[in-house]
Amino acid sequence: MRGGKFGLVLQLIVLLSVVAFVVGIADNVATNLARLGIKTGFWFLSRPAGFDISQTLISYSDDSTYFTVFVVALLNTLLVSLLSITLGTLLGFVVALSRSSSNGLVAATASLYVETFRNIPLLIQLLFWYFAVVQALPAPHASFRLGDVVFLNNRGLFIPSIQFGDSVWLMFGAFAAGLAISAFVAANARRRAAAAGQIATFAQWTLLPPIALPLAVGIFYRENIAWSIPNLQGFNFHGGITILPELLALTIGLSIYSGAFIAEIIRGGILAVSRGQTDAAMSLGLTRWQTSRLIVIPLALRVIVPPLGAYYVVVLKNSSLGTAIAYPDLILVFAGTVLNQTAQPIEVMTITLLTYLALGFVFSLATSAVNRRVRQ
Amino acid sequence: MPKSSLHAAALAVSAMVVFFTLFAGASASTLEDVKARGVLRCGVAPNSPGFAAKDAQGNYRGFDVDFCHAIAAAVLGDAKKIELLPLGLRDGFTTLASGGVDVLTHRFTWTFNRDNGTGIQTAIVVFYDGQGFIVRKSANLKSVKDLNGATICVAQGTTTELNIADYFRSRKISYKLTTFADLDEARNAYEAGRCDAWSNDRGSLAARSQGFKNRADHVMLPETISKEPIGPMVRIGDDAWFHVVRWSAAVVIAAEELGVTSANVDQMRQPSSGPEIKRLLGVGDDLGQKLGLSADWAYNIIKQVGNYGEIFERNVGEKTPLELPRGLNALWTDGGLLQAPPFR
Repeated sequence: MRGGKFGLVLQLIVLLSVVAFVVGIADNVATNLARLGIKTGFWFLSRPAGFDISQTLISYSDDSTYFTVFVVALLNTLLVSLLSITLGTLLGFVVALSRSSSNGLVAATASLYVETFRNIPLLIQLLFWYFAVVQALPAPHASFRLGDVVFLNNRGLFIPSIQFGDSVWLMFGAFAAGLAISAFVAANARRRAAAAGQIATFAQWTLLPPIALPLAVGIFYRENIAWSIPNLQGFNFHGGITILPELLALTIGLSIYSGAFIAEIIRGGILAVSRGQTDAAMSLGLTRWQTSRLIVIPLALRVIVPPLGAYYVVVLKNSSLGTAIAYPDLILVFAGTVLNQTAQPIEVMTITLLTYLALGFVFSLATSAVNRRVRQ
Repeated sequence: MPKSSLHAAALAVSAMVVFFTLFAGASASTLEDVKARGVLRCGVAPNSPGFAAKDAQGNYRGFDVDFCHAIAAAVLGDAKKIELLPLGLRDGFTTLASGGVDVLTHRFTWTFNRDNGTGIQTAIVVFYDGQGFIVRKSANLKSVKDLNGATICVAQGTTTELNIADYFRSRKISYKLTTFADLDEARNAYEAGRCDAWSNDRGSLAARSQGFKNRADHVMLPETISKEPIGPMVRIGDDAWFHVVRWSAAVVIAAEELGVTSANVDQMRQPSSGPEIKRLLGVGDDLGQKLGLSADWAYNIIKQVGNYGEIFERNVGEKTPLELPRGLNALWTDGGLLQAPPFR
């Protein structure tokens, strides 16, 4: 009944209405802005911003432009998202396995974790980690310390940093070369095993080149390498790497919250592999490890990857709640201070919106690519 | 089947028509709108004790609220006919520009960028503020110079972050800034020890330091690092309304200059008073008519709300918890900056 000429015409009408609607809104906004005397445009992005940001991953100074501010804020959003995704996935993996464990205590603890953190709003958890935990740490002069090199206080976590000097690129090169060697050896082994109709096994030393090569380069150029150790001067610590309390609280809060959801996604994937598959593999004489690696994990991944990818986008969006605990992300810095200073709400909000949209889209594309791979 | 689909399409089109009609902006004359509505809508700072905050009975009180009352008294003859909308930084200007409120009696500073390009303008200055710093007494700091290397907590403002950056850089003092989206969170974080100092406009610091567990453990540094002229803001393109707001606020200041208070305004409203008082109170003259207001507009403001001194002292003055001295907000004749343009 649907379809045919009438259906086509109807679809066309709907499409035209949507286009007309969007154009109408844009025109309305433009007309009203002009009537209200509000100046619009993106020229402000090339103007100096002048204010300071607590965490900048790229070089930033008082004459940096609003565009640089945007990049700084975007990198901060990406940093905390990727950290939380990584830690949350590791945590989720461990918890998922624990929850399926035959040890009752382990399984119960894992269940308690999932049910607790999944059911409390993330914002409340973040405020808890920030105001009740991180801010309750001692003042800088009374820091918790590990040796005299790592310090933890209410101004953040201070750890030593290594300055590689010029040899940093050589070490990167050595690492890449090591990876290539490992990959080559592994591929070779797999091909030979496949030709012989066997399951490939890897010697542990396959993983050695990416670690040993950069290490060798580092030892060779050791006089170029210097340590920077944090030390207390006046109000604050100087030197080393500072991990701000805001980043600390947001990463902890977001990882633990996300871990609870990711654990359930992974557990769901594992449970979806039917018992018969495992029994069949075992009866063929495969070891427990081989059964997991060759049968359970590939099958479970087909179920896990799509919702996991979708959840990573959720983590990215959830990171914007860091605004509530002063984490300098896109929302706080760009859609906040920049918006206030420039008084260009429409432009700033449009850029912010499109940025999140684009990031989410990239995540989705990556998920699809991975998904295609695991389905092969 | 076509029938129901056509029906749906027709419904969609009519919904769109309704939507676009709603989009049409506010009408050209705010004064006529307010009179027709019978109530004045003001945008105020959310929960700012002394300036705009609810008291124990749930009524909004404060310095900014009183200026809203004053404009309502002038336009509607009744200071109580107001409606307050707490607005933040993100929505304040857009709400005014799109007609959601008639005037902002807020804590927003009058700046170049706000006057040019945001569709709003400041009508008159009624409060001279400046950015200051609160520190812990135990830290034993005497001046902003002692803050070298310190961490400073601020709430996002339109001028706050830039003021600090400009002041510290030009004096080569290093510092770390932690910026919060919310005013109270900046205070809480400073109090918890996240920062060595807490900075904002002095008026706002005085208001929000009421929330400290122990106010006596903290002290305000002597320096004021910026100038923050604050006053009611209106949409551009409506000069009649702009003048109503500007001159209603001027009445409040002029009344103090002339010694007219809410208590003595009735006695002053007679032919033997001085000529400027008579002009102001509409005795033998009618200034209100030129603004499109009644002859007793200024009388209503003073009678129902009071003069500047009364408004200042009862909301933020030395007998209130804020303990603000008049300072720059004293009359020009007393060494302050406050001055009403002549009523003639």
